[in-house]
Amino acid sequence: MDIQFFIELFFGGLTRGSIYALIAIGYTLVYGIIELINFAHGEIYMLGAFTALLVAGALGVYGFPTESILLISALVAVIWCSAYGFTVEKIAYKPLRGAPRLSPLISAIGMSIFLQNYVLLAQTSDFVPFPRLLPPMEFLEYIDYIMGPSDFLILIASALSMGALTLFIRFTKMGKAMRATAQNRKMALLLGINADRIISLTFVIGSALAALGGVLIASHMGQVNFGIGFIAGMKAFTAAVLGGIGSIPGAMVGGLTLGLAESYTTGYFSGNYEDILAFAILILILIFRPDGILGKAKVQKV
Amino acid sequence: MSRISKAFFTALWFMLLTLPVMGIKLNLMENRVDWRLDRVLYLGVAAFFLSMLWTWLFSRKKRNLPLIKAPAFIKIDFYGLSANRAVRRGFFASLILGLIAVPLLASFYQTNIMISAMLYIMLALGLNIVVGLAGQLVLGYVAFYAVGAYAYGLLHQYFGFGFWICLPVGGILAALFGLGLGFPVLRLRGDYLAIVTLGFGEIARLAMLNWTSLTGGPRGISDIPRPGFFGIPLNINEATIYIYYLALIAVCLTVVVVLRLKNSRVGLALQAVREDEIASEAMGIDITRAKLSAFALGSCWAGFAGVIFAAKTTFINPASFTFMESAMILSMVVLGGMGSISGVIIAAVILIMAPEYLRAFSEYRMLIFGAIMVLMMIFRPQGLVSGEKRDYQVSALARKEADAQ
Amino acid sequence: MKKYLAGAALSVALGFCVSALAADGTIKIGVQGAHSGELASYGVPSLNAVKIVADEVNANGGINGQMIEVIAQDDECKPEKATSAATKLISDGAKVIVGPICSGPTTASLPLFQNSGIIAISPTATTPALTEEGKYPLFMRTVAKDNAQARLTSDFMLNKLKVKKVAYLHDNGDYGKGFADYNRELLEKGGAETVLFEAVTPDAVDFSAVVRKLRRAKPDIIVFGGYQPVASKLVQQMRRDRLTTPFIGPDGVKDETFLKMTGKDSEGVYASYPKDTSSLESFKRATEQHRKIYNTEPGFGYYNAYAATLALLDAIAKAGTAEDTDAINAILRENYVDTPIGRIKFNDKGDAAGMALSIYQAKDGEFVELEDNIVLD
Repeated sequence: MDIQFFIELFFGGLTRGSIYALIAIGYTLVYGIIELINFAHGEIYMLGAFTALLVAGALGVYGFPTESILLISALVAVIWCSAYGFTVEKIAYKPLRGAPRLSPLISAIGMSIFLQNYVLLAQTSDFVPFPRLLPPMEFLEYIDYIMGPSDFLILIASALSMGALTLFIRFTKMGKAMRATAQNRKMALLLGINADRIISLTFVIGSALAALGGVLIASHMGQVNFGIGFIAGMKAFTAAVLGGIGSIPGAMVGGLTLGLAESYTTGYFSGNYEDILAFAILILILIFRPDGILGKAKVQKV
Repeated sequence: MSRISKAFFTALWFMLLTLPVMGIKLNLMENRVDWRLDRVLYLGVAAFFLSMLWTWLFSRKKRNLPLIKAPAFIKIDFYGLSANRAVRRGFFASLILGLIAVPLLASFYQTNIMISAMLYIMLALGLNIVVGLAGQLVLGYVAFYAVGAYAYGLLHQYFGFGFWICLPVGGILAALFGLGLGFPVLRLRGDYLAIVTLGFGEIARLAMLNWTSLTGGPRGISDIPRPGFFGIPLNINEATIYIYYLALIAVCLTVVVVLRLKNSRVGLALQAVREDEIASEAMGIDITRAKLSAFALGSCWAGFAGVIFAAKTTFINPASFTFMESAMILSMVVLGGMGSISGVIIAAVILIMAPEYLRAFSEYRMLIFGAIMVLMMIFRPQGLVSGEKRDYQVSALARKEADAQ
Repeated sequence: MKKYLAGAALSVALGFCVSALAADGTIKIGVQGAHSGELASYGVPSLNAVKIVADEVNANGGINGQMIEVIAQDDECKPEKATSAATKLISDGAKVIVGPICSGPTTASLPLFQNSGIIAISPTATTPALTEEGKYPLFMRTVAKDNAQARLTSDFMLNKLKVKKVAYLHDNGDYGKGFADYNRELLEKGGAETVLFEAVTPDAVDFSAVVRKLRRAKPDIIVFGGYQPVASKLVQQMRRDRLTTPFIGPDGVKDETFLKMTGKDSEGVYASYPKDTSSLESFKRATEQHRKIYNTEPGFGYYNAYAATLALLDAIAKAGTAEDTDAINAILRENYVDTPIGRIKFNDKGDAAGMALSIYQAKDGEFVELEDNIVLD
C-alpha cells in the first residue's frame, strides 16, 4: 500500500472532519438540552460564511490591511451569527416548548428554508468569491503537499475553539448549569437555573462555532453561495449522530470519523459515493445504534 | 406603552441583525460598496408592526381566543350549513361539475396547471396518511414519487410497457419501497424517523443520478409516452385533457379512499398511534401493522402520482425529486392541517396556484413557504382546517367537570 | 367520452384562434427560462437580451408596422415547471420562443412547441440529442452542442498537447457529465488512456481527497465537465496542493468570475468557448446597450440570446408575417444573419452554422484565444 497517499488522505479527512465537528457541536448541544434537531443550523453556517464575505469585501474596498480583515470579518460573523441563532430560537422554537415533538422540527425545517431564501433574495443566487486573506506560511513548505495554510488554520482554529468549549462546559458556572439542564431540566429549574437563559446560551455557542466553521470553509474553498448550508448541515448532523447525539466529545469524534471515512472512500473508491456514504452511515447508525459511538442508551420516558 | 417600546426594540434588533446581509451589496467590478440602508430601514418598520402583531396574536393564543374572529355581520353559519346534508351534496355536486367543465372552458395552460395542482393534492393526501393520520414525520416522501415516475419511464424504455400497465405497477412498487423503508424504521422515534427518511430520499435521488447505465443519470429519461385513449393516439391538447380527467378521477379516488380509511379500523388505529404509541399498544393495537400499512398506503399514492407526472411531462430527471419538493408537500400538509382532508386539498391548491397567478409571489414563494411552516406551528398547529378529531363526551365526566368549575 | 374530447379539443382550438386574432397588432415573442430562484443568473441575461432587441426594433417602428411584445415565463430550469411555462406561452399567443435555457426543460417543452407549430431557439441548451435526433424540426439553437465542444477539445489535446493519460472529473450534471463523456469517447478512440473518471460533489466542503487521487493517477491533463464554481474550487485546491497538471474545461468554465476566484491559480487553464467576436460591430452594440440599460456587464448567454432574437426577427420580417411558421423556418435555415456571435444561419439539424469555437488559455488573469478552433457547419 502507498503510505504517502494514505497519509495525504488522512490529513484531507482531518480538515474536512474538523469542519463537520465544529458544526456538529451545535446540533449536539441543542439536542442535549431540548431534544430538538435544529434543522436551521446548517443555514447559520452559511450565514457565517456570507456575513464574513460581505464584511471582508467591504473592508477590502475601504483599504484595510489584509491581516486584520480576516480577523475582523471572522469576529463580526461569529457575533452576528450568535445573534441569528439567538433570534431563531426565540422565534421558531421558544413558543413551541411543550408542543408535540414534531412541531418544533417542522418549524425548524421552515426556518431553514426561510433563511436560505432570505440570503438568496437579499444577496444573490450566484457563487460569490471570498477574498484571499491568508498569508503564505513558510513553515508549511516541507509538508505543503499534505497541508496548505488554510488546512492548517482550520485544524488550529477548530482545535482551539473545541478546547475552549470543553473547558467552558467543564469548569465555568454557566457550563455546569448547561450540563445540569441537559441531565435533568426539571431538577435544574428547581435548583434555580434559568432554563431559558441556558437554552439561549446553547444556541449562541452552537451558532458561533458554526459561523466559525463557515468562515474557515469560505476562506478554504474561496467561494460562498446561499445553498452551501444544506449538505454541510446534513453531514454535520450525521457526524453528531455518529458520535452519539447529545455528547460533545461525541460530536468531535463523529466529525473526524466521518471526514476520514469520506476522504478514504473518495481516495480508494470513487467520489460519486461520498454523499451516499454519509447518508447510509446516518441511516444505519440511527436504525441499529441510535446512541452513536459515545452516546449512552436512554430509557424511553413515558 | 410597553408593547410599543418592545416593538421598537425588536425592530432595532432586527435592523442590526440584518445589517450585513441586507445592507451591504458588494460591487466588486467597480470595487465599491453599495450601502442599501433604505432596505434595512423598511425591514425595521416592518419588524415594528410585525412585532406588535406577534405580541397581540400571542396574547390571544394564551387566552385561548380564536386568532381571528369573523366579523359579526357575517351571519352565515358555515358549520351549520356544512352539517346540512342537502347543502353539502349540492356543494360537492357543483364542485365536481365545475371541475369536469374546466378543460372545456379554461385554456390549455390552465388545464395544465390544474393537473399539477391535482398531482400535488394526491401527493399531499398520501403524505397526510403517514404524517397526518399516523403521526410519522416522513421527510423523503418525494422518493416514492420518483419511484412511480421512474417505474413508468424505465418500464417503457426497456420493455415498452404502456401507461395503464405501469400505473398499478408504479403504485405497487412505491408501496413496496414504503414497506421496505417502514420495516427497519419501525422502532424509531419521531425526529429520528424524520431524518432517516430524509436520508432515504437523498440516497434514492443520488442512486438515480449515479446509476447511469440504468436510469440515464443526470440526463434523465425522455420520450415517455402520454397515455393513449384505448389505442387511439391523441395529440398533445387532447392528451392533456385526457390526463386532466385521469388525474381528476385519481384525486376523487384518493379522497374517497382516504375518507374511508380515516374512519376505518386501520385509520382509527393510526390516529391512536399518533396520539400515544404506548397507550395504543396497551390497548391491543398492532403498532407494527398499523405503521406499515400507513407507509404502504401513503407511498402507494405517491407512486400513482409519479406515473401520471411522468406521463404528463414526458421527461423526467433526478432534478425534479429534491428535498425541497418533499418540504413543499409537507408544508401543504402542515398548512392544511394534519389529518384534515379538505384542509390539505385547499392548501395544495393555494400553494400551487398562487405562484402561477401572482408573479410577484413567485419569487418569494419559498421564503413564504418557510415562514408559513414556522408560523403555522406556533399559532395554528391544527392547520387551516383543523383535523376533525372525533370527540367523545362521557356525560358523567362532563358533568363532573362542569361542577368543578 | 369521445364526444367530450372532441368538444374539448374544439374549445381549445377556438381559444387559440381567439388569442391569435387578438394578437393581430403585435408579434409576441415568448421567453422561457430560469428568471427566479437558484439558477436565475443563467436565465435573466437572455431575457434582458430579448427585451433590448425588441425595444430597439419597436423604437424604429416595429416589423412591417407590427410592434413586438415580449412575454416571459419562468421555468426555474425545472422540467416539471417547464411544461406549465411552455403551455402558458402557447396560450398567451407567443409566435416564436427564445428559450428554454436549460437542457432538461428544453426536452420537456419541445414536444409542446412542436405540436403548436411554434419555433423555439434556445440560446444555451447544449444537449446534443435535442437537434441530433431530428425530432424537432422547429427547434434551433445559437450555442454549440456539447459534443461539438468535445470535438475541438479532444482534437486539441490529442494533436497539440499530445496527451497519453487523461483524468476526467465532472459535476454529475447533464452538461458536465456530457462534456466528460464525449471527450472520453473521442480521446479513447484517439488512443489516450483513461486513468480516472469520477464525479465530484459540488457542495462538498473540501476537495482534497479527489485532488490527491489525481496526483496519484499522474494524468497528463485533467478534463473537467461542469460550471465555473466547481472548477474554480478544484483549480484552487489543486494548485494549493502543488498539482500543476493542465486543466481543461467547457465554456461553462471560461468566465470572468473564474479568473477572479482563482487569481494566479488560473494560469494555464484551458477552456473551449465561442470564437472571440468582440471586434464585431453588433457585439459592441449589444454590450453597449446592456451597459446603458442595466448598468452592468452582460451575463451568461446574453449574446446567444441576442443572436437568437435577431435571427428570429429578421426571418419574421423577411417572411412578412409571424404566422407562417414554415416560411420563417425556411428563412432561418437559408439566410445568414449578422449577430454578436458571428454571421450565422441554422443547418438542417437546427444547429447554428457559422459559429466558431476556439480554445482559450488563461494567461495573467485573462483568457487568451489560441489559434486552435473549429467552425461549425
